[in-house]
Amino acid sequence: MANYQVNKTYQEINEKIKKGQAVVVTAEEIIDIVRRKGEAEAARTVDVVTTGTFSPMCSSGAIINFGHTKPPIKASKVWLNNVPAYAGLAAVDVYIGATEPTEDDPLNKVYPGEFKYGGGHVIQDLVAGKAVHLVAEAYGTDCYPNKRVEKDITLKGVVNAVLFNPRNCYQNYNCAVNLSNRTIYTYMGPLRPRAGNANFCTSGQLSPLFNDPYYRTIGIGTRIFLGGAVGYVCFPGTQHNPGKPRGENGVPLGPAGTLMVLGDLKKMSPRYLVGVSLLGYGCSLTVGMGIPIPMLNEDIAHYVAISDDQLLAPIVDYGHDYPAATGRILGQVSYAQLKSGKMNLDGQEIPTVPLSSLVRAREVAQLLKEWIEKGQFLLGEPVDMLPGSEEVHCVRTGSRDS
Amino acid sequence: MHAEMLVLQFSREVVDQPIIYRLVKDFSLEFNLLKAAINPRQEGLIVMELRGHPKDFRRGLKYLRESGVKVKKVAGEVRRNEDLCYQCGTCTAVCPSGALHIERPDMAVVFDAARCSACELCCPVCPARAMEVKLNRSAL
Ligand code: SF4
Ligand code: SF4
Repeated sequence: MANYQVNKTYQEINEKIKKGQAVVVTAEEIIDIVRRKGEAEAARTVDVVTTGTFSPMCSSGAIINFGHTKPPIKASKVWLNNVPAYAGLAAVDVYIGATEPTEDDPLNKVYPGEFKYGGGHVIQDLVAGKAVHLVAEAYGTDCYPNKRVEKDITLKGVVNAVLFNPRNCYQNYNCAVNLSNRTIYTYMGPLRPRAGNANFCTSGQLSPLFNDPYYRTIGIGTRIFLGGAVGYVCFPGTQHNPGKPRGENGVPLGPAGTLMVLGDLKKMSPRYLVGVSLLGYGCSLTVGMGIPIPMLNEDIAHYVAISDDQLLAPIVDYGHDYPAATGRILGQVSYAQLKSGKMNLDGQEIPTVPLSSLVRAREVAQLLKEWIEKGQFLLGEPVDMLPGSEEVHCVRTGSRDS
Repeated sequence: MHAEMLVLQFSREVVDQPIIYRLVKDFSLEFNLLKAAINPRQEGLIVMELRGHPKDFRRGLKYLRESGVKVKKVAGEVRRNEDLCYQCGTCTAVCPSGALHIERPDMAVVFDAARCSACELCCPVCPARAMEVKLNRSAL
């Protein structure tokens, strides 16, 4: 155990929150505070740092229990607004995945496909209070004789609705360029030929896992802001890979840690869960997420103070290298540079384009800050930590990260 | 996907033919009817938005003209639906006029309608589909 000058516990911080005395700042505000006061003093004065992100996160979806029908059905095929939902669970449990397109979507047959409506949109429609048309088919059993159900469901009317996202909140992500000679349409947005633009997709110094690079506070059981309501980190996300190369400051130089999160969909808001259509790629869900970081000691203060100029994204060619899974990286670029609007690649100046909304990420961090200040949101102490950089149990996923 | 607002004039000879039906069926085009009228001289007028794959769109227009329909284009106007836009910035990758641009350090995505050339490149690229083509009624 390191010897710290400041030693706070979750319980102490929560007591302060309950009394409305906790000092809470955002991950952007803390940078200057640590610079002015030093790490120890900042750790002493500040209790919680709030982070935020607002990005398309494809590995998202919702578990819905639509309630038993009369006569009962053991649904084996289910569509919500004509978007297939996975029904290979018990009778009326289904999982609607964010990237599932409408049943008869032309996909990329007319290239680039528009993907107008999909699972992400179904989820947003539900949280917006809209009725969603459900069709369920079954083969019929002695105990579940019904073979077909068709009805409108609403979020209020269903028995349970849980947002359950297997992989969210990537710790760092690629900066995408396209070195080929034609425009390509990717999950990293439109990429013009000959490196016409460079797209990036994290909120940098405000992003949750950039502020806790070794997962010292974010773990299983951490209470978070998810889609406008309270959610939880329930496990390391799929492809969580803490063993990725790190810079001298300890921050991963490419996509590394991820989070599996869940929360009660019934309490969420369409402002922080947005169904999206990514041209030529597919449907997805843009998720607003914020994670509070307790200022337990000066070491935590050290990491939350790392700023955009020290956070580096790998530059990857989506024209050739990414689809061929070569794993080649063209270079590194700082988030300060990416947010400035221009970057340099081999002497060529390229406009940079964010895909992740910094405006909404700030709104999330601010809202979470207000909840904590008002005593409405207490910190959850992890019941178990995420696999950290020292112990790696990861199956390699080739040289691809998504 | 390509969309345009069109004014179609049908002469007496063609007014009773299933032209719009063929347009949908043979060219897979979608239409959104805004106005349809037949005047006392039995001539028809239709204002509609026609959309589809650019190739189908061109073939559809050719078919209309060959069938004796007079086709006039109405200038569209691109607007941002502020309720849908979540300020990501994706659209700035394609906007050629700089109408969509980012203001720093706020990172707010601004839409300056005065600079917009109505090229519609941003429309399919916006993940939230917040950039909408509106009929410019004053041009009708
Ligand atoms: S791409 Fe769409 S949602 Fe994003 S800033 Fe542009 S208009 Fe707004
Ligand atoms: S229509 Fe064209 S010029 Fe106007 S905002 Fe969209 S991309 Fe820019």
